[in-house]
Amino acid sequence: MNNVLVLPMLIPLLTGFVLLFLRPSIRAQKMISILSLLSLVAVSVRILLIIRGEGIIRLDFGGWEPPFGILFVGDSFSALMVLTASVVSALIIAYSFTATERRMENMFFYPFAFFLVAGVNGSFLTGDMFNLFVCFEVMLLASYVLITLGGGKVRLAESMKYIAINVVSSWFFLVALAFLYGTVGTLNMAHISVRVAEVGQGPLLSAISVVFLIVFALKAGLFLYFWLPGSYSSPPGPIAALFAALLTKVGVYALFRTFTLMFYHDEFIIMTIIGTMAVVTLIGGCLGAIAYTDIRQIASYNVIIAVGFMMIGLAIFNEEAFKGSVFYLIHDMVIKALLFLIVGAMVYLTGKTKITGMSGLIRNYPVLGWLLFLTTLGLAGVPPLSGFIGKMYIGLGAVEGGNYFLLFAGFASSLVVLYSMLRIFMNCFWGETIINREDQRPYPARRLIPIALLGILTVGIGVGAQALEPFVSDAARVMANPGLYIDAVLGEVES
Amino acid sequence: MKENDVILRTVTRVVVFIILTFGVELFLSGHHNPGGGFVGGLVLSSALVLLYVVFDIETVHQGVPFDFRKIAAFGAMVSLLSGTAAAVLGKPFLSQGFGYFDLPIFGLTELATVTIFEAGVALTVIGTVVTIILSISKDV
Repeated sequence: MNNVLVLPMLIPLLTGFVLLFLRPSIRAQKMISILSLLSLVAVSVRILLIIRGEGIIRLDFGGWEPPFGILFVGDSFSALMVLTASVVSALIIAYSFTATERRMENMFFYPFAFFLVAGVNGSFLTGDMFNLFVCFEVMLLASYVLITLGGGKVRLAESMKYIAINVVSSWFFLVALAFLYGTVGTLNMAHISVRVAEVGQGPLLSAISVVFLIVFALKAGLFLYFWLPGSYSSPPGPIAALFAALLTKVGVYALFRTFTLMFYHDEFIIMTIIGTMAVVTLIGGCLGAIAYTDIRQIASYNVIIAVGFMMIGLAIFNEEAFKGSVFYLIHDMVIKALLFLIVGAMVYLTGKTKITGMSGLIRNYPVLGWLLFLTTLGLAGVPPLSGFIGKMYIGLGAVEGGNYFLLFAGFASSLVVLYSMLRIFMNCFWGETIINREDQRPYPARRLIPIALLGILTVGIGVGAQALEPFVSDAARVMANPGLYIDAVLGEVES
Repeated sequence: MKENDVILRTVTRVVVFIILTFGVELFLSGHHNPGGGFVGGLVLSSALVLLYVVFDIETVHQGVPFDFRKIAAFGAMVSLLSGTAAAVLGKPFLSQGFGYFDLPIFGLTELATVTIFEAGVALTVIGTVVTIILSISKDV
């Protein structure tokens, strides 16, 4: 029993409810938000250290033991995800204190941002498939509110698409759960894994796993990413950053959990289907990132490329590649938050969205420009920034597994990422300055601080990879050996 | 509704109390039998919705002057805190307890902490349903 495990979900939920009552006083809302975010980060670090000391921990809600009750399980993978999500969302929400319009703040912006964080953290920690569905819904409902907040014709149209696609995929999720429960008679992830291993992953179970694949692929933007560029490029900076940093990563996390813990028996599905989907995602993402001139679209297509790249790690399916994917997930949460905040800032400052409409911004906003350059290098995976470690390990895993085609596709995409980002940098920040110093909109330092902190974080993760390494190795070890997870959950009870 | 709806109004005045009683009954019976906070809350909110349909919003607001959004938030918070209380007392999160007490009128009664949790659920359902109905009605 480790009640600390529920806190990453409990703290944001309670904060959200308290903030609902504090609607008239935005100031009080901000104070409480800061306190809650700091404690959230502290709790996440604590969980990671406990897991380091005691191994995988679990919390049975209400004392109902698995496989009957619902439980939260904390292993290094989920704890790392929770920590990164907490830090990133803290910085994004801190940024939004200064960048959110008053009318959005009045319409419960902060409470719903916290509900989103609660859903994300819950999804990372849960050890029960149905509970995963519930946490997904908490997260999605909050995101529906955030994406429609503020209105506007384009945004409402994109929100409709976003909501429709997610409602449909949630329905698929429910159907898959019903099939799964009807087949193996349990929804506890560890117990499902045991039962699937016992009966062998026959055609029926493989079909169910493919339904799960479709559901999570829709949420993650793997292959089924057609909804993503529109809905991620329409909301204002902080909201887009929250979405890009957290939402698709939860889908990626769920894919890793599903196919390393439960349905890891069918090589065809993992290597061929997921591998193909990952490569198609990379190609599609690259085409989009090069083709568009709207910086928000380019940023959104970069999200898709990253998802494809992480899924290569799953398709290679060895410990080294898992390690790379975990590193890359951590890196991607940070760098996508950074990218979307900078892009949001550029749109706010110039009032334009196309790269052709901006020029010479480096003279007006030098710090922002160099931060974008840092982001470019980080996204491309230039050492010593955070992207490098993940790419290196995925590369090592690919060589070890002999997946040279995946290796090539992954690294070729890095070049396209570099090109697409440099295109933004060169078009918007180089060239002749078109905004006079007198006319330029001031960019307050308070907004720059969270962006700069994210920038420091991406350098820090790259340089301090040595400190992160033991946690990431542990996460990859558990993924490669599902028995460890199962023992920790079902060890003390009859399975 | 501008038509002559005397019958509807008269019936509603009586029926609302029957629905409310039934809602409370469902809520309480949920401890051992079918029912509980969610269904009880739905039935209770249906009484409120009936009032809103038959009489107009302003009239009902004079009688029931609550912000239903806040009721929903309050309910969810009650449920969450009842689970947190267990964690504070050193039990797993969401643990519930019960005991038998000799009360003056009721005699030997079983009291369970899960009722607090269910009350929170019921309040959340009432708050949400009424909020939904009210926001739909405003657009027309």
